[in-house]
Amino acid sequence: MAEYLFLVPLFPLIGFLINGLLIGRLPKPLITLIGCGSVGLSLLLSCSLFFELKALAPEARQITQTLFTWISVGQSPDQFHVSIGYLLDPLSAVMILVVTGVGFLIHIYSIGYMAHDNGYGRYFAYMNLFTFAMLTLVLADNFLFLFVGWEGVGLCSYLLIGFWYEKKSASDAGKKAFIVNRIGDFGFLVGIFIIFWSVKSLDFMTVAARAPEVFVFGGSLVTAACLMLFLGATGKSAQLPLYIWLPDAMEGPTPVSALIHAATMVTAGVYLLARTNALFIMAPDALMVVAIIGALTALFAATIGLAQNDIKRVLAYSTVSQLGYMFLACGVAAFTAGIFHLMIHAFFKALLFLGAGSVIHAMSNEQDMRNMGGLKKYLPITFSTMFVATLTITGIPLFAGFFSKDEILWKAFSSGTNGAWYFWLIGFVTAGLTAFYMFRLVYLTFYGKERMDSKTKSHIHESPRTMTVPLMALAVLSAIGGFIGMPHIFGVTNYFEEWLSPVMSGPAHDMAEHALASGGHSATMEWLLMAASVVLVLVSIWMAYYFYRKNTQASTSLAEKFLGIKTTLENKYYVDEFYGAVVIRPVIYFSLFLWKFVDVILIDGTLNGLAKLWRDVSDALRYSQSGQLRSYATIFTVGVVLLIAWIVFGINHG
Amino acid sequence: MDNVLLTLVTFFPILGVILLLFVPNKQHDTIKGVSLIIAFITLLISILIYAAFDPLASGMQFEVNEPWVTSLGINYHLGIDGISLLLIALTTVLTILCVLASWRSIKHGVKGFYISLLMLTTGMIGVFCSLDLFLFYVFWEVMLIPMYFIIGVWGGPRRMYAAIKFVLFTMFGSLLMLVALLYIYFQYQAFSGEFTFDLMKIIAAPPLSFQEQLWLFGAFGLAFAIKVPLFPFHTWLPDAHVQAPTVGSVLLAGVLLKMGTYGFLRICIPVFPDATVAYLPYICILALIAIIYGALVSMVQRDIKSLVAFSSVSHMGFVMLGMFTLNLQGVEGSVLQMLNHGISTGALFLIVGMIYERRHTRMIEDFGGLAKVMPVFATFFMIFTLSSIGLPLTNGFVGEFLILLGAYKLNPVYAIVAASGVILAACYMLWMYQRVVFGKVTNPENQKLTDLTGRERLVLIPLVLLVFWIGVYPMPFLDRIEPAVKQTLTYVEAAQVVQNSNEFQPVETVALEPLTADDETEKQMDDHR
Amino acid sequence: MVPTSAYLILAIILFGIGTVGVLITRNMIVLFMSIEIMLNAANMVLIAFSKALNLVDGHVIVFLVLTIAAAEAAVGLAMIVMVYRNRETVNVDRFSLMKW
Repeated sequence: MAEYLFLVPLFPLIGFLINGLLIGRLPKPLITLIGCGSVGLSLLLSCSLFFELKALAPEARQITQTLFTWISVGQSPDQFHVSIGYLLDPLSAVMILVVTGVGFLIHIYSIGYMAHDNGYGRYFAYMNLFTFAMLTLVLADNFLFLFVGWEGVGLCSYLLIGFWYEKKSASDAGKKAFIVNRIGDFGFLVGIFIIFWSVKSLDFMTVAARAPEVFVFGGSLVTAACLMLFLGATGKSAQLPLYIWLPDAMEGPTPVSALIHAATMVTAGVYLLARTNALFIMAPDALMVVAIIGALTALFAATIGLAQNDIKRVLAYSTVSQLGYMFLACGVAAFTAGIFHLMIHAFFKALLFLGAGSVIHAMSNEQDMRNMGGLKKYLPITFSTMFVATLTITGIPLFAGFFSKDEILWKAFSSGTNGAWYFWLIGFVTAGLTAFYMFRLVYLTFYGKERMDSKTKSHIHESPRTMTVPLMALAVLSAIGGFIGMPHIFGVTNYFEEWLSPVMSGPAHDMAEHALASGGHSATMEWLLMAASVVLVLVSIWMAYYFYRKNTQASTSLAEKFLGIKTTLENKYYVDEFYGAVVIRPVIYFSLFLWKFVDVILIDGTLNGLAKLWRDVSDALRYSQSGQLRSYATIFTVGVVLLIAWIVFGINHG
Repeated sequence: MDNVLLTLVTFFPILGVILLLFVPNKQHDTIKGVSLIIAFITLLISILIYAAFDPLASGMQFEVNEPWVTSLGINYHLGIDGISLLLIALTTVLTILCVLASWRSIKHGVKGFYISLLMLTTGMIGVFCSLDLFLFYVFWEVMLIPMYFIIGVWGGPRRMYAAIKFVLFTMFGSLLMLVALLYIYFQYQAFSGEFTFDLMKIIAAPPLSFQEQLWLFGAFGLAFAIKVPLFPFHTWLPDAHVQAPTVGSVLLAGVLLKMGTYGFLRICIPVFPDATVAYLPYICILALIAIIYGALVSMVQRDIKSLVAFSSVSHMGFVMLGMFTLNLQGVEGSVLQMLNHGISTGALFLIVGMIYERRHTRMIEDFGGLAKVMPVFATFFMIFTLSSIGLPLTNGFVGEFLILLGAYKLNPVYAIVAASGVILAACYMLWMYQRVVFGKVTNPENQKLTDLTGRERLVLIPLVLLVFWIGVYPMPFLDRIEPAVKQTLTYVEAAQVVQNSNEFQPVETVALEPLTADDETEKQMDDHR
Repeated sequence: MVPTSAYLILAIILFGIGTVGVLITRNMIVLFMSIEIMLNAANMVLIAFSKALNLVDGHVIVFLVLTIAAAEAAVGLAMIVMVYRNRETVNVDRFSLMKW
């Protein structure tokens, strides 16, 4: 089976080519078949590859496949050589299962959601292209090929956010996403340059193996490389200060938000850090930055999430916040915990978005939660599945999110890095905020008075089967998915950690272990912290219940009391406005200055001025041509006389 | 057989010119047909050359060296390496696409137009394959005149201003080049007693003194820098592009600009290695300014064509930066980027031409919502936009990446500044694309636009294929570039070693002691008479 | 024996008259005659030196000049007649079309 590894990304690519080239010429059922079928085939192949990988001994779990040389310049030792090659190891196996699994469910869901859209074929073409790019990203065996997928998903994100291109806000959001991502990609590229010129290879295996020889532990070069890669990750994974594109990305169709902006693409940054863990482990300073950014983003986004009224925007900020968790995990060198949360998050956040999509579908494209309410009885399946997802994200014990989130909090607490306690505290507070805004969402949407107008109300209906079945599948996964990665204190094997351990070890890790003291903490402490977070979550849920269910007046009076805070939060701390004033407008004005002044006035003005000068001189001189024969003759004679005088006297005296 | 191929590909278009002279003015279809066939056969010959080219061999291939003006030591010396090979192929491909693209848009003076086009082709190919500096100069000037007519006769409202500006800028540079050329000619004679313009012999001779190199590099460099164009000599470009007809813009951006960079690579670097190393930081900084400046100014353009023109300034800045990294990665990237820029920017100009033919405006604000009425057009436009901003798996990425990689080796700061140009590229291209293609159709005139015709698709499809071919599998191109670039770099290696050792003492006029006695030289002069 | 300088002084006087005539007259025919005087002044110099040096070259050239001057006079006068027919004047100041 291993020799068919390249087919995993190829199937969606073929799907894209067929649907994309024959756009508007295929009947709808065929589009559906090709669009979903290609991802389905990838899923099947991924599963069989997973089992094949599992059958190998843990140290031998690496399947590589090189198709052809992509770019090769020069010869060793300076040879730059990059192949189109795939690497299947435990980490990428997890990723392809998530991508194809969640991706397949979302493709199925889209059949119902996009059924009445004019761009049906285009939609599936883009989705397949995205799946191809994402699979390339996670399967690539070198930095540059990963970058292909990295930019590819960015492109698809751009195309899909702006899918309804006639809406200005949609195409604006797409453009914003692409450009902000480009800023991150700039960092990624510089990171690649540093790595290549140090290691002379971009192959993940080679880099991981040779990093300890080439780089000094904690040295400036490796720190710079890691920070640059992390800049790339902040762009793609919407972390401070580049998170601004993700909330706007909600302009795209909801399944797109579920697939790209919740489950897969935005987690690429976390994947990148996990993939290059051998480098990051050698740069404690860079890890510290990662942890700080992650923690701050988690808290920052959660606070904005408290005050948003658009159902998708709440989820978007929630995604940013959850991604912050994952980076916090990576920042304290708990890459496994980060990837585990990535997987669980993919399940429950995809589910939340799809559920939100189902709500929006039922509400005739209404997204404002202030106009919803009481939907529980109209949308039983949507409600129950979304409720499961909410319980998971808030971290109710035994649901998947509980395990993954508490693992991160515990790792942060026990990491032994400076300020570990603060990281835990920020994560802890964020958990409380998360519980609050998620239950606020549930109460506003599914409970209480029905605030929609009567026309909308008459149209409310539960979504078709194609949409509800994926919801149920994801609900099951987010409920029980956590059991594969239970913390050790429960006395069971942490299968997930064991599975990823070959990737998270190596010479660099050995080196780091020597350098870093691991803070040992007792199991009692872990139980205690776990209990504390459960209590906090329950209190937050009660508060949400109090403000948005029991006593809705209280929430309004509270909001009035803290009006300033409320407006600030509703306006997302005015960050967009800040960037607009500080970055975008100055750049535009500066460019206008360059064009209108430097180009037109300075350079062209000088040259045209020179040309004009010559013309003026000639203009003056032409009046000497009077046309009068006798004046010519006079000048001629005078000239001859002067000439003779010069010859006769000049030569004699000179 | 091998020997005539280069002559054939260079002068075949002239055969077309002669044929066209016998076709009556009114028979437009015959004129177009003849041009198309000639362009097609030229393309076939260049493909033949490509196929017969040995990618492993270094040095010149298909060499022809016949005396032309014996008394002055001017030879008809042609020959190509991998760099010229690709540029010739680019020229022939773009020429045939240009013939097709101008099928409907040229309404008056059809015969003159196609004659100019074919003459231009000969000039361009000639520049890329001549190995005799005099011949090079002749072709360099030959291509100027048809371009002058193309802009000046078939151009937009301010065509005369643009055409004269183009010619004056280029002439200014090329006259300096001529003076420098003569200086080299006489210096070589003083050194070896032989009068020759042969580039290979001049390269093989011991380098000139450092001071001389600085002046001569300056003269040649200015001529080439104007052509590239490097900031601050770029102001002729937007005017020429905006006023030129579509085909003029395509060839201007696609091929003519490459002559500047090609000149640097073929003449400046090998003949003046010490000056190259000495000027390197300044040229790199100008290139960086061009990258950022071009990108920023592009952002605020209102005319699509001048936007693409300024983006050319930015892209050619990348090419210059790559070339002066003087390492394999950078220079190969630079050569590949010459090709890429020809393809993507040429295609963008074709695209702009296609909507201009329909709407007779190029102002961004006049459009909007074209995706709705012209979906095929929007798709092609998207592909070339992405190629222009260097998305991976399109051609632009491979070139830009190699350039940046090379630049990082030279100086990380250069790479970082240049890479920020990549961000800006996304800004201006996508913003323009959004305003033209996305949104609602607000202008009623856009409502009735028709999508691309079969002929127009035929023009764009080969370019799309090239975009993805170079993006996905660039090795056939890189393999052919590599030996040539290595050869070029050997000329500067010695100079670089001197520079790197940080004890750079300019070589004082040692190298140019005449080896032959004076009377012998005189005898030779007599022989010439 | 008349000294050569005497011939030369005569030639200078003739040439001066011719020059002044060209510069001050407006009538084309007078102007034409002044030019002929200048021409003959030059001839005088040629003959003077030819005689002084005992060379025949000067005489030969003078004959050549005379012949050509005759031809020139024919053409020139014909042109002046044509000009007069067209413009009814031979005043050179009226012919200033070739300016700027």
